[in-house]
Amino acid sequence: MKARVHVMLKNGVLDPQGEAVRHALGQLGFDGVNGVRQGKVIELDLADGTTEATVKEMCEKLLANTVIESYSIELN
Amino acid sequence: MKAAVIVFPGSNCDRDLAVAFERAGADVTMVWHKDTDLPAGLDIVGIPGGFSFGDYLRCGAIAANSPICKSLIAHTERGGYAMGICNGFQVLTETGILPGALRRNANLKYICKTVGLRVENAETPFTAGYETGQEINIPIAHHDGNYFVTDEKLAQLQGEGRVAFTYTDNPNGSVADIAGVISKNRRVLGMMPHPERAADERHGGTDGVAMFRALMDQLVTA
Repeated sequence: MKARVHVMLKNGVLDPQGEAVRHALGQLGFDGVNGVRQGKVIELDLADGTTEATVKEMCEKLLANTVIESYSIELN
Repeated sequence: MKAAVIVFPGSNCDRDLAVAFERAGADVTMVWHKDTDLPAGLDIVGIPGGFSFGDYLRCGAIAANSPICKSLIAHTERGGYAMGICNGFQVLTETGILPGALRRNANLKYICKTVGLRVENAETPFTAGYETGQEINIPIAHHDGNYFVTDEKLAQLQGEGRVAFTYTDNPNGSVADIAGVISKNRRVLGMMPHPERAADERHGGTDGVAMFRALMDQLVTA
């Protein structure tokens, strides 16, 4: 089974990389980009039967820093 | 004074930190990240700068979960002293020993230069060699030194005198210009600037020496 974890900086935490991307898009002539937030996607190849609770624990312990980041989990 | 310096794969200021401790009169043991125990009778643990585990995932995140860090956490919970510099500060925040997190620098650039710091609280074992309000010059060398805490936590840190150092000219976007913070019991310091790189005339500056001397005085008399 696979899990996909999305990690994003929390709202309210300034994302300088997203801001730089937004600026670059503006320079390329894409108007109307009001904001860009850059995160990361982590794909996990897991033993069958791994629970969402276990993946959540992985996120809390290592994959995300919950001081500044939020995460979401997709299992399939 | 007995000091230990933790070495992770990718640490590159471990020897500099060991030399700074030794110059202050400490016996220093280097400890590998896979070791599970810190040496007995230890006074202080140094967590050095560098790029532990290649800064993969987040700076300090993988180091914070290494075997030795369980002992480090236990050491600080017992009231032991610890000092994390640069990547070491990132490790201390990732373990939760110190509050906050270090984000990418606001200008997205790796910055390597000597900066001005203001000593915000000289009443700690680390800063007792300075005066509160004194300005000192210490090098920084980091890409992810942009300190973040919530407004609520910031108010708490400021109220408790736990901001040790601020930048006189904020280079990286840190909240409230914060360059270094200290634990509630004043025994754990984390800072992005490198005092061990300002500890010899040949470094071009010696403003970091007072920190190691103050620690020595504190720990020898303790």
